[in-house]
Amino acid sequence: MIEIKDLHKSYKMGSNSLHVLKGINFSVEEGELVAIMGSSGSGKSTLLNILGMLDELDEGSYTLDNVPIKDLNETKAAQYRNKFLGFIFQSFNLINYKSALENVALPLYYQRVGRKERQEKALKYLEQVGLKEWATHLPSELSGGQKQRVAIARAMAAEPKVLLADEPTGALDSTTSYEVMDLIQKINDAGNTILVVTHEEDIAQMCKRIVHLKDGVIVEDKKVKQVRASEYV
Amino acid sequence: MFSIDTWKEILKTIQKNKLRTFLTGFTVALGIFIYVTLYGMGNGLNNTFMKFFGDDATNIFRIYPSQTTIPFGGYKAKRQIEFKNEDLDDIAKEFAPLLEYITPQIRRGAFVTYKEKSDNYTTRAIAPGMQFAEKTIMMKGRYINAKDIRDRTKYAVIGRMVEKDLFQGKESLGEYIDIGGSAFKVVGVFQDDGGDNEERYIYLPFTTRQLIEGNNDKIGQVTLAFNEAIGYSGAMKFQRNLNEFIRKKKVISPNDPRGIYIENVADNLKQNQQFASVLKIIISGIAFAVIISGILGISNIMVFVVKERTKEIGIRKAMGATPKIIISTILLESIFITAIFGFIGMVLGIMTLNSIQGKVLEDDYFITNPSINSGTAIFVTILLVICGALAAYVPAKRAARIKPIVALRDE
Repeated sequence: MIEIKDLHKSYKMGSNSLHVLKGINFSVEEGELVAIMGSSGSGKSTLLNILGMLDELDEGSYTLDNVPIKDLNETKAAQYRNKFLGFIFQSFNLINYKSALENVALPLYYQRVGRKERQEKALKYLEQVGLKEWATHLPSELSGGQKQRVAIARAMAAEPKVLLADEPTGALDSTTSYEVMDLIQKINDAGNTILVVTHEEDIAQMCKRIVHLKDGVIVEDKKVKQVRASEYV
Repeated sequence: MFSIDTWKEILKTIQKNKLRTFLTGFTVALGIFIYVTLYGMGNGLNNTFMKFFGDDATNIFRIYPSQTTIPFGGYKAKRQIEFKNEDLDDIAKEFAPLLEYITPQIRRGAFVTYKEKSDNYTTRAIAPGMQFAEKTIMMKGRYINAKDIRDRTKYAVIGRMVEKDLFQGKESLGEYIDIGGSAFKVVGVFQDDGGDNEERYIYLPFTTRQLIEGNNDKIGQVTLAFNEAIGYSGAMKFQRNLNEFIRKKKVISPNDPRGIYIENVADNLKQNQQFASVLKIIISGIAFAVIISGILGISNIMVFVVKERTKEIGIRKAMGATPKIIISTILLESIFITAIFGFIGMVLGIMTLNSIQGKVLEDDYFITNPSINSGTAIFVTILLVICGALAAYVPAKRAARIKPIVALRDE
């Protein structure tokens, strides 16, 4: 599903250049649930942003679902993002003046899905995350866990190839974190490929594979026995 | 780009961001409103000007006699100059090729009575030419004619307001009114664009007035009209020659600032028109400045609006919005708001102009019929809408180009 070869990325900080990713080789099969771990500054978020086409790579190659991702203009990148990827952010990134349902329907709007179908689909995914009754509520009326579940429903709505989650539990308490991880596990059980960036060990243990990043290189890549979040809920 | 969905999205965004919409709209509406009212007021001022100075013929001189201040030709100073009938004939003879008509005017206040109604009016004893000089419009009956002058008839032509006050809506033609003790038959009723006061005059044959005042041959002031074909410089030359001729005839020093005074209406008008056009330029300048500041206001708000939406734009881009969609949405939103509020401001401005029309404004502030032609109003509204769109385009384009990751980090 994802194929990364010899990936380099550096940022210019004034006159200095900060080499963040120093040759990453990494691939993900369909249906995997991968945790990308590392301390802050290890380059894990940068890796995720490049995977999400939110940022561009300097060197190396990136293939997503057999499509080479390179030299994308903004328009093409937007279309690919819409078609291939669903995002889950630490700070939820819901549009605050839109209801839960409208937020979930947003990617479908950019896919030019008709209004009625959009509503139906959005409602279906809201139901999947258990928030059907909250469809008309604004993000400000929801708790942190609920917001993240709306964001997950939104990421799912476009039916992407890969879900990318950047510290999805970073802004949540542990109980809520496990609820969100439970949801992510269930989505993965249904066959979806998911990448989770985290620095929390317990969250990483709930994935099926852990990739350890340190100073811009992969230091460890191992399969683990998945801890089911439902045990804690 | 113009699908129903796009519009629904835009309307929703506008609806959900009331303060932003209000701020933008208010700036536009206020700008257009001030422009329309200001421009209308300027026009009103100009109208008053034209009304003041435009109701008389412009190819005329008015000659006023007065006291001399310099002894001359054996006469002492402080001699009252008076015109007589023969002066009229002499001027007519001397300047015959240039002259269109010449008329005296003897002004007298008079107590005028018709049955139980009476009031004080100003009578003007004149010759037929006065009708053209004053641009008097006959409503009914006729003006004083040459036969009246020759036969010294006791006929009067009364103003519309005189008829209204004395006759109270009854027919005045053929009725007799008492003017200062003499009975005059009303032969005509006139109106005048110069306003109500001009319509409170009563015109009489000047020869009749002379007869009443002891059969003298004195005339007050002289009004004469020249052939317009002589042009402005011809008129100036005529005025000089006329001045010289009269001073010689009446034995007045060429250096005496008084004695006679010739008022050149064409010259007055030219000055007044210049003043009016300067006034108009000033008002147009102010209105232009208002529009410029409106455009700057819109630009500021648009930059702010787009800045405020940076994160939202980042989210939308992550969800698959292309730069083109982002730009067009922001532009359409801006155009929609500015067009609607611009229209509201325009309508309010025009309504204000219509509602403030009236006597008080006309009498106290010299603003008559303030108005703006709708073409100008619409042009300025569209100009502001376009400028608003341009002002939104630059930051929108920049925002659409920001990497979503940068936009998402924006807090």
